[in-house]
Amino acid sequence: MNARILGLAAFAACLVMPVYAAVALSDAAGSYTISPSGSSIRFTIGKAGGGGFDGAFGRFKGTIRIDNGDVSRSKVDLTIYPESVGTGQGRIDQFLRSDAVFDAANNPEIQFRSTSVTRTGDTTALVTGRLTARGKTFPEKFTAELGGLKGGTIKFHVTGKVLRSRYGMDVGTPLYSNVVDFDMTLMGRRG
Amino acid sequence: MQSITNTATRYGWAMIVFHWLIGVIFIGQFVLGVVMVRTTSQRTSFELIQLHKSFGFLLLGLIVLRIAWRLGNAAPPLPRSVGTLERRAAPLAHFALYAFQLALPLSGWALVSVSTLEIPSMPFNLFVMPNLPLAESDAAEGFWTSAHWYLAYAGIALVALHIAAALRHHFLLRDSVLKRMITPSSGGE
Repeated sequence: MNARILGLAAFAACLVMPVYAAVALSDAAGSYTISPSGSSIRFTIGKAGGGGFDGAFGRFKGTIRIDNGDVSRSKVDLTIYPESVGTGQGRIDQFLRSDAVFDAANNPEIQFRSTSVTRTGDTTALVTGRLTARGKTFPEKFTAELGGLKGGTIKFHVTGKVLRSRYGMDVGTPLYSNVVDFDMTLMGRRG
Repeated sequence: MQSITNTATRYGWAMIVFHWLIGVIFIGQFVLGVVMVRTTSQRTSFELIQLHKSFGFLLLGLIVLRIAWRLGNAAPPLPRSVGTLERRAAPLAHFALYAFQLALPLSGWALVSVSTLEIPSMPFNLFVMPNLPLAESDAAEGFWTSAHWYLAYAGIALVALHIAAALRHHFLLRDSVLKRMITPSSGGE
């Protein structure tokens, strides 16, 4: 008798799990504005001989729209202002802003526009889109993981690798890796 | 068949090749150094600095070999016509030239080692050259930047004196001092 109840409970639990995920998605559906206060866009570039250097962008804006019922129709737009780059070393920041790297004076924005979102797990998705920097556009992929949803805010942890040479930013290779590792926390507020 | 080693009156091929190869790179490094810090394009400047570092390490390797070779091969004596003052000054000038050849790449290596920019050294993109075991700081970077700068200008002044002396021997004194550094078939009295 007890065993039968336990079995029933287990069966019910299996039914409830996917339902829970679906409920979470419909709860998440909506439009969000990325809030710089709870967000960060960090990057790391490996160095020959080990180690690497880390930086972050202080200013950016964007929106996240999660489609009700069809995740694949969700959209992410992100604009980064390269002028706001910071590495903790002023001379490197100045170098990055100059025409050696971002040419921030002539190219004040780096833009990412998603073209497709594919769900890869309960809380993970692959975001494909077009990245534009220094007037060059290429498709890029980022992995997004839902980090939290509460009180009209949503949090994603986003990671991805970008080859900087394609955007005319190959200076310093192979001393510094061509691969830029992005690690972002994007916090969106509903509305 | 010309000798690779020095003889009693002549320079061998090895010393001659070391002399001109290092001489050309040394002067080239001075020109490159002056240009790279005046270049307005940050990208070009960065790339020229990496090239300057590559040639600096090459120069350091060559000068170590040259000094080792020189220690095992005495330079042929100056022609008898050379006066007493020059006979005493020349070895001092040559010793100073060797000291500068060693001090310049070493001070440059120290500079990149202590720099707070922490830019790795990769001579000709072939391998990673480790830093000297010196503590990095803005103060140390400032010190080695100045040291490298003063050594470079003092070194190039000495090179200019060396060239002027060689030309004087060739065109005014008309002796074999310059010729014997061009080919081992020249020399003797």
